[in-house]
Amino acid sequence: MACEEWRGQLDRYLDGELTPAEAAAVGAHLRGCADCAAGALERVQTKRLVQAAGKRHQPSAALRNQITKSVAARSHGGSARQWKLVLIPGLVLAVAVLLLSSYEARERAAGQSVYSELADLHVATLASATPVDVVSSDRHTVKPWFQGRIPFTFNLPELPGSEFSLVGGRVAYLEQTPGAHLIFQIRKHEISVFIFSEREMETRTLPSGPATALSFNMETWTKNGLRYFVIGDAGAGDIRALSKLLQDAS
Amino acid sequence: MSENRLSAASFADLALPLFDQLYNFARWLTRDQTEADDLVQETYAKALRGFSSFQAGTNFRAWMYRILRNSFLSSRTGLKTTVVLDEEGGDGLPAETATPESLLIEQANREMVQQALEALAVPFREILLLCEVEEMSYQEISETLAIPIGTVMSRLSRARRALRETLLERIEGGRHGV
Repeated sequence: MACEEWRGQLDRYLDGELTPAEAAAVGAHLRGCADCAAGALERVQTKRLVQAAGKRHQPSAALRNQITKSVAARSHGGSARQWKLVLIPGLVLAVAVLLLSSYEARERAAGQSVYSELADLHVATLASATPVDVVSSDRHTVKPWFQGRIPFTFNLPELPGSEFSLVGGRVAYLEQTPGAHLIFQIRKHEISVFIFSEREMETRTLPSGPATALSFNMETWTKNGLRYFVIGDAGAGDIRALSKLLQDAS
Repeated sequence: MSENRLSAASFADLALPLFDQLYNFARWLTRDQTEADDLVQETYAKALRGFSSFQAGTNFRAWMYRILRNSFLSSRTGLKTTVVLDEEGGDGLPAETATPESLLIEQANREMVQQALEALAVPFREILLLCEVEEMSYQEISETLAIPIGTVMSRLSRARRALRETLLERIEGGRHGV
């Protein structure tokens, strides 16, 4: 083969794109041909130079934070919206559980998955750059905001005099059902309150009372056809106190 | 879980490790920090939205780079930099004289190379970055730029020659200037 033809293979040789047999042949030629070896050397030099010069720009910490946050938040939000996709493996699992265990165990498993889902929603919302869509500590602003956005209405407690404050609210989805997601604050702890219409929700068989999910404290109950969930990293006492305020609101 | 459905959580696992590289590439394309920031954000937002259409088993990195590059090309700066390349004319290049060049190229420093890269047309700059910095295979480059492998090879070869020429001009210019 003429040198010109070997030269034509040098780029692919140095880029690692030749088959082992082809590469061996080029290697053998280079050991015997000074001209082609010089050509290869020059190419290697250029490759190294570009490699070093090309790694040049570092992203700012602010951009890194922003991207990480938005990806984390949107991924979690996405998992709620993609409930339909989760439903198919979920059904397989449900059948397996039905065959393998008692009715009670099945109920508990369903409850636990709802708790984890809510814990995810809680974490994802707080991680988001815009956790709430209506920002207000005034219940008379927050409550009307939900009109037309969710298929029910609910009462919010009067908070002055308590340690709790209202941060705001957004619409959340659980099992394809829209509901209210409220965020309260107590001593720097954020607590999520989810309210869903009991109808069409699997959760109606959940027992009321305290629970934990992913080490979050939770409280759940039903009232007037609505299912309430209170979840947060605050102490169980705070969770119970906020639950009591909500239960008494009318 | 089904194999062809990638969960939302796995998007973060796949996409976040590419962040630094994508940013570097975005900055090389736009040559502006603010524009690079916007471009990377747009890329992640689009990728997140389109993730369900991403085919598991195909190359995720190439997919992300393609989104970034297409976003760049449709941006204001990108539209201005569009260059039509004559891909057929790969053979009419001057023959190279290898020996003295390798001695000259040794004298190039990092700054010179960076300037030379910036001076290249975008199609040449981007293919060199994908090949040398991102160390993509020809197959990956072909997927990223949506061009056949044969075009990858010819464009790469022309880009390398263009860079060498720019670099040699700068080195020689520098020598005569002093």
